[in-house]
Amino acid sequence: MPEKTTILNPQAIHRVLTRIAHEIAERNDDSQSVVVVGVQRGGIHLAERLGALLKSVWSHPVPVGRIDVGMHRDDLDHHAAPHIQPTVMPFDITGNTVVLVDDVLFSGRTTRAALDALNDFGRPRCIQLAVLVDRGHRELPIKPDFVGKNVPTAMHERIDVHLKEQGGEDVVYLEKTT
Amino acid sequence: MSTVAAAWNRKHLLDIESLTAEESHLVHATARAFKAVGERPIKKVPALRGKTVINLFIEPSTRTRISFELAAMRLTADVINFTAEASSLKKGETLRDTARNLEALNADIIIIRHSATGAPHFLSRFLRGSVVNAGDGAHEHPTQALLDTFTIREKKGHIEGLKVTILGDILYSRVARSNIWALLKLGASVTLCGPSTLVPRVFEQLGCRVTYDVDEAIVEADVINLLRIQHERQRQTMFPSIGEYTHLFGLTKARFARTKPDVLIMHPGPINRGVEINSEVADCESSAILEQVTNGLAVRMAVLFLVNGGKGPQEISG
Repeated sequence: MPEKTTILNPQAIHRVLTRIAHEIAERNDDSQSVVVVGVQRGGIHLAERLGALLKSVWSHPVPVGRIDVGMHRDDLDHHAAPHIQPTVMPFDITGNTVVLVDDVLFSGRTTRAALDALNDFGRPRCIQLAVLVDRGHRELPIKPDFVGKNVPTAMHERIDVHLKEQGGEDVVYLEKTT
Repeated sequence: MSTVAAAWNRKHLLDIESLTAEESHLVHATARAFKAVGERPIKKVPALRGKTVINLFIEPSTRTRISFELAAMRLTADVINFTAEASSLKKGETLRDTARNLEALNADIIIIRHSATGAPHFLSRFLRGSVVNAGDGAHEHPTQALLDTFTIREKKGHIEGLKVTILGDILYSRVARSNIWALLKLGASVTLCGPSTLVPRVFEQLGCRVTYDVDEAIVEADVINLLRIQHERQRQTMFPSIGEYTHLFGLTKARFARTKPDVLIMHPGPINRGVEINSEVADCESSAILEQVTNGLAVRMAVLFLVNGGKGPQEISG
């Protein structure tokens, strides 16, 4: 049986997202040019929540999109073809600041694929990366701008993120497989 | 839309007969994403970067070949078109040797159209790469059935419970066979109609209804899929004249007026205006004929993407 440790409870997740929203607001003076894009599948609900939190900070709506990176992965030869989820970008990213949102940052390969995928939609003025959990073990030179929690992990451990939008409650576990 | 649970573990796409409903759902879900790619300013993704796709068309085809060619290009693959007229097959080379020679060029995916039933299955037994059937004789045309069912699902929201009538030359049609398999697996009921010489009762064994009364066949149909009379595949005259076919089985304006108001008119193309379909009916609001072409591209991108996938689990964290 895998041993599960809670690393973020519902209150902690809410606090962490609120802090990240304020950090994004602090970093970006020109609030009108910020759009939030969630990476399928783990990042899309977090992106929606950050969009809502930013709206209350800035008192204006913040556009939120979602992007699937399955067609841009570098490991398509090594696995069964991934299920492609919808990409929804109802705004122009050219000239804007894109805050890319994902749940867990690990090797960095998903982020790299997301950067490539974003390229097909235009040329943002800049891209910032927000993640709920950074578990280390990067294989690419990618660094997040906003981190909910840094969790040093071993390679064989898993980070399990549950969000209430998928049913149940907000919680993040660290799973040690024995 | 239900969530897709199945994984794709097929190296080849040879027929619909062996495909599960879940696998069809997966192709449709994947095709939806690729259709969206076609609507972007940059219509290309790097999913098949560095891969070589060969269009091996031993039987003439324009639309299917172009559709596959563009699908491969939009996935960033390199594509080579190989047609029978300009090949060593004319010089006496066997299909096996032709395919082996193409494989020696390290082709990753071979798309084959052949007049002989089973030609793609034959190639799949000895080629290292993936084989995709683009039509084998009167047997199957799997991507056509996948794009037809994709179009029905997109237009109607579902397939289960729909009444689909396939009208025309069923006997010589690989489109009909693949569509029958796909529609039945996805829960539609299928009625076949056409001249009795071209719609043998033996098709009832697949689970279809066969009728020779066109007015009865179309009045209740949610979808009418018209098939072209295939002059090139008929060894002798199966009905007296084209004029008589139009009179007895063509979708005329008068017949169209008696169909359901929300009927969906489909045709795999090329259409013969004034023969199996009235020209105005072909261009009316109910017609999905051009949408089928657009969807064909997305479905073929999805198929190439899926067969190119390697073995092993789907998800990896990053």
